[in-house]
Amino acid sequence: MTNVTSISSPSIHSEDRAHEADHPTSTVAKFGIDQPLKLDCGIDLAPFQIAYQTYGELNADRSNAILICHALTLDQHVANVHPLTGKAGWWEIMVGPDRPLDTEKYFIICSNVIGGCMGSTGPASTNPATGNAWGLDFPVITIPDMVRAQAMLLDRLEIETLLCVIGGSMGGMQVLQWTAAYPQRVFSALPVACSTRHSAQNIAFHELGRQAVMADPEWHHGRYFELNTHPHRGLAVARMAGHITYLSDAALHRKFGRRMQDRDLPTFSFDADFQVESYLRYQGSSFVERFDANSYLYLTRAMDYFDIAADHEGVLAQAFRGIKTRFCVVSFTSDWLFPTSESRALVHALNASSARVSFAEIETDRGHDAFLLDVPEFFDIARAFLQSAGKARGLDTSKGG
Amino acid sequence: MTLQEQTLPLGGVAPDRTGKHRTDHLMVAEMIPAGSKVLDVGCGDGELLQLLESRGIDGRGIEISREGVNRCVARGLAVVQGDADTDLVNYPDDAFDYVILSQTLQATRQPKVVLENLLRIGRRAIVSFPNFGFWKMRLQLLVGGHMPRTENLPATWYDTPNIHFCTIKDFVQLCDEINVKMERAVALDLYGRPVPLTLPWWVWNMFGEQGVFLLSRGGVGK
Repeated sequence: MTNVTSISSPSIHSEDRAHEADHPTSTVAKFGIDQPLKLDCGIDLAPFQIAYQTYGELNADRSNAILICHALTLDQHVANVHPLTGKAGWWEIMVGPDRPLDTEKYFIICSNVIGGCMGSTGPASTNPATGNAWGLDFPVITIPDMVRAQAMLLDRLEIETLLCVIGGSMGGMQVLQWTAAYPQRVFSALPVACSTRHSAQNIAFHELGRQAVMADPEWHHGRYFELNTHPHRGLAVARMAGHITYLSDAALHRKFGRRMQDRDLPTFSFDADFQVESYLRYQGSSFVERFDANSYLYLTRAMDYFDIAADHEGVLAQAFRGIKTRFCVVSFTSDWLFPTSESRALVHALNASSARVSFAEIETDRGHDAFLLDVPEFFDIARAFLQSAGKARGLDTSKGG
Repeated sequence: MTLQEQTLPLGGVAPDRTGKHRTDHLMVAEMIPAGSKVLDVGCGDGELLQLLESRGIDGRGIEISREGVNRCVARGLAVVQGDADTDLVNYPDDAFDYVILSQTLQATRQPKVVLENLLRIGRRAIVSFPNFGFWKMRLQLLVGGHMPRTENLPATWYDTPNIHFCTIKDFVQLCDEINVKMERAVALDLYGRPVPLTLPWWVWNMFGEQGVFLLSRGGVGK
């Protein structure tokens, strides 16, 4: 029989993940039944909690706070060791002393999104009504819901206005939602590699991922926690498909080409002969160690529903009318998931609203994920934009670079 | 047009040898009252925009080169990457008090359309360009039989970004044709000094190395 190796099962036990969902290795803001999160679907979610990390110090004026909004498959562990994987934070290249998001100048906050699985209430959290994981009983959430929850967190932290809201991809969508919903609370905004609405192609890729999860027999209509299983194969396939969309043909070619993995000749099997196959399988299997399958369904859905213009009579510029927020929009040349044309459409709408906007397209062959990688041109822009925003807000940002 | 072509004298003018700012920039800045909202089309590395902002003017920019945009953002300016030929259509009517096109007109594919857009987006436009009727240019073509090259326009015909040269006289004619009113006109000589106002047009067209024009929309039915 032809040799086949399937995706390995996660080495971190489901219980660790379940524990992290309810009792995260992060600071937690709890909201009781008297403080419900009003969801777009019409449901009041209560009680609920938000898990968040902070870096740096809030100044006396409470004017140096920057909110980072994380992307679909990331979490609040921006610049610290990840509690499940033990790996470095996902944006340590950007956040830290003397980094563009300088922790010696700014107070940096990142919270796990509502619907996530790292400590903010989501489908992996325990439903107080049943004592079991929410699973598919969790209400469908949207990007505006995520932002509403973040606004409640900022109220709790007594931060009225953010110096900047920054994020890439799904994080960028949240940034845009922040400016549309709470323009007066956002002094400057840095949306990266994102769009004001999810495209048909992107919805299609998400549907592929969701169907992969739901086709896994271990998914059990989202009840896998109770049955002590996990649809890790389906989720890994979803991640593999997603990961391809985060890269580019040129990046894959440069990184792997048609090179073989630990062999010189094809094995005439379905084993991972090619390095690119081996890489994707690794991406898939490491993802399932830290991510909840149902959470993936909910968060992809939230992105699919996102369309700022639709909430403003179909006119995007309407969403930003009279806005005072300073914008810096960034896209990457090889990003085909959120291509530059989408950022340009945003910039045109902002121009039509007379917003103060900068826009830079950065040349790189690394695809959508470029915002997470070492792209000095992007760092320089982020650093300069934050410095000028800080200066305009009367912050002393003279120290350091 | 690349940043280098914007900042080096290639498509532009010699820097002011005495002060910090280029004379044509100072000339432009002097035409705009504080508090105005301004769009600088082809803003290069943001030198003029920064000068304007330092004088209390709310400035925005469009620049085609990535390097230029990045340097502008680094200066804290609001600049978007874009192309004068294709992106001006996306700006709404009357969005700005002034739209500036500094040493860029000759590098656009459709100068007439660009000029019309400038005065649609802005209530006034300030346009500066190198004058191809400058005596040195004429002399080179007449005597040398070559396409002219000067200190300020050193590119050869085959590698120049400037594809639509005109003379001051030509520009005045275009403004007439599209019903654009000329509120102020200044010709600068090779050293960036204004050619005296009292001299007739043909002198300007001969001795002006570049022209700086403050334009507004002509009356209805002209």
